Amino acid sequence: MTTPRTSRSGRAGQYVALLCYLVFLAFPFLWLISTAFKPPRELGSLHPTWIPDDPTLDNFRQAFDEQPLLRAAGNSLIAALSAALIAVVIATPMAYVMARNRNKLSAAATGWVVVSQAFPFVLVIIPLFLILKNLHLINTLSGLIMVYVVWSLPFALWMLGGYVRAVPRELEEAASVDGAGRLRTLVSVTAPLLAPGIVATALFAFITAWNEFFFALVLLKTPQTQTLPVVLTHFLGAEGVADLGPLAAAAFLATIPSLVIFAIIQKRITGGMLTGAVKS
Amino acid sequence: MTLATATSRPGKARSEHPWSGKQPDHGVWFLVLPALIPILVLSVGPLLYGISLAFTDSQAGRTQPTEWIGTLNFQDLLHDTLFWDSFRIGLLWAIGVTLPQFLLALGLALLLNQNLRFRWLARAIAIIPWAMPEVVVGIMWRLVYNPDAGILNETIRDLGLGDGRDWLTGLATALPAVIVVGIWAGMPQTTVALLAGLQNTPHELHEAAALDGAGAWRRFRTVAWPALKPVALAITALNFIWNFNSFALVYVLTNGGPGGRTRLPMLFAYEEAFRYGQFGYAAAMGCVMVAVISVMLAFYLVGRLKGGEGQ
Repeated sequence: MTTPRTSRSGRAGQYVALLCYLVFLAFPFLWLISTAFKPPRELGSLHPTWIPDDPTLDNFRQAFDEQPLLRAAGNSLIAALSAALIAVVIATPMAYVMARNRNKLSAAATGWVVVSQAFPFVLVIIPLFLILKNLHLINTLSGLIMVYVVWSLPFALWMLGGYVRAVPRELEEAASVDGAGRLRTLVSVTAPLLAPGIVATALFAFITAWNEFFFALVLLKTPQTQTLPVVLTHFLGAEGVADLGPLAAAAFLATIPSLVIFAIIQKRITGGMLTGAVKS
Repeated sequence: MTLATATSRPGKARSEHPWSGKQPDHGVWFLVLPALIPILVLSVGPLLYGISLAFTDSQAGRTQPTEWIGTLNFQDLLHDTLFWDSFRIGLLWAIGVTLPQFLLALGLALLLNQNLRFRWLARAIAIIPWAMPEVVVGIMWRLVYNPDAGILNETIRDLGLGDGRDWLTGLATALPAVIVVGIWAGMPQTTVALLAGLQNTPHELHEAAALDGAGAWRRFRTVAWPALKPVALAITALNFIWNFNSFALVYVLTNGGPGGRTRLPMLFAYEEAFRYGQFGYAAAMGCVMVAVISVMLAFYLVGRLKGGEGQ
C-alpha cells in the first residue's frame, strides 16, 4: 500500500502534527501515573516534576486504607461480568434474527437501538428507580445488573449484527441443502463462526459496565454495594479537597482492567462498532 | 384463511432469501424473546412510564398518592431560569466539544491514514481515553488542572507566562476547561469512525488524483470528503447527542460549579430528582431534552441512510 508522494517538508509537518496529538492524548495519563507514585512532599511542592525523585507505593497503601477499594472492585467485577454474560447470551439470537430477516419486528428493534442511544438517562432512571424500589432491589447488585443488561443490549445487538452479516449466507444455505434444520445450522455452522465476535462484544459490554457511573451512583447507596467508580468519587471529599496521591493511585488502578481488555480486543471492537454504525 | 397464509408465506420468503424456502425465517421468531422481554419490561416500559411521570406531581418519599397535574411541570419549567441556564450551558458544551473534536479527530485520522513511522504507537495511545472510566478521566484532569501540583500551571510557570490559575473554579475558565476534557475523552471514537470512513475510499482514487497533479487539499476535497461525509454527519450527530446527555465527567470535574457555570442539564435533572426528590419535575426536564435530541437524531438517521446507499 503506497501513499501518494508527499514532499519532504510536508512529511516533516505531518510528524510534528502527530507529535502534538500524542502529547495532548498521552500526557494527562502520564501525569496521573506520575502523581500516583509521588510522596506527599513532592505533591506539595510548587514545582512538580514529571518523574518522581523519590517514587513510593505509599499512595496505593493509603488508598486501600481510606476506602474499601477491594470490595468495590469485587462489586464492579460481579456486576460487569454478570451483565456482560447475560447481555450477550440473550442478544446473540436476537441479533441473528435482526440481521438475517428484514421485517417489521427487526425494523422496530433497529429503531429502538438507535433511539435508546439518544434518550437522556434521567428519563429512564427515575422510573427504573421507582420500579426497583418496589421490588426491593435498590441498593443491590442484582438491581444494577438488570439495568446494565438492558443498557448494554443496544450496542450488543449493534455489534453482533455486524458480525452476523459478516458470516456468508451461502455457508448456511449449504448446510441446509445438506439437510440440516434451521436450528442445527445455527448451532453447528453459524455459532462457531460468530464466537470471536461474541467474545469481543462480551468484553466490550464488560468494560462499559466496569466504567459505568450514573446508574451506580443513583441505585447504590451503601459502601457495601457500591462499585469502583462510585467509591473513587469518595476520594474527592465533601468540599472537593482531595488527597492527591491516594486519589491518583486508586484512579490508576481502576483503569488497568479496561486498558488491558481494550488492548486485547481493540481491533475487533473498532471493526464491529464501525460496521454496525456505518452500514446496516 | 390460516391455511392460505401458511401456504403463501414460504413462497414469498423464497423469493427474498433463496434458502429459506424449506425453513421459513419466521420459524425462528422465538429466538428474539430472551432479549425482547427485558427490553420491553426494563427499557421501553420505563421510558413510557418516565414520560408519563412528567405529567404528575411524583415526589420521593411522599405519603399521599401521586396525582396527574397535566402540563403544570412544563409551565413551571418555562419560568425556571436555572433550567434554561443549564440548557444553554448544555448546548454550549455539546457544540463546544463536538465541533473542535470533529476537526481534531479528522486531522488525526488523516495522519493515521498515512504511511508514517510510529503510526502503531499513535494508534495505541489514541485509544487510551476510550478505555478509561469517565470518573477516572475526570479525576485525572483534576490532577492536571490542580492549581499548585498540576502540570498545566507548572508548564505555564516554566514558560514564564505567569502563575497560572485555578482553572476549574474560575467563573470564566471552568466551562472552557471542562470542554477541553470532553474533547479529549471522545477523541478515540470520533477518530476511529473517520479513519474507517477514509479507509473505505479506494486507494487508487487517491493515487489517480495525485498523478493528475492534485494537491493535498484538492485530493481531500474531491476524493476523501465525498466518501467521508455520511460517516462525518452520523458521528457528529451522535457525539452531539451523547455530549448533551453527559453527566459523569462534569460531575467529577466541577459538580456543576462554580456558581452553576458548568451545570449541564443532566446534572440539574439529577439534583432535582435525587437530591430534592422532584421526580415529576425532573422527568419533565428529560422530555424537554428529548425535543432537542430528536432534531440531532434526525440528522443522524439521514447520515446513516446516505451511508447505506454509498456502500
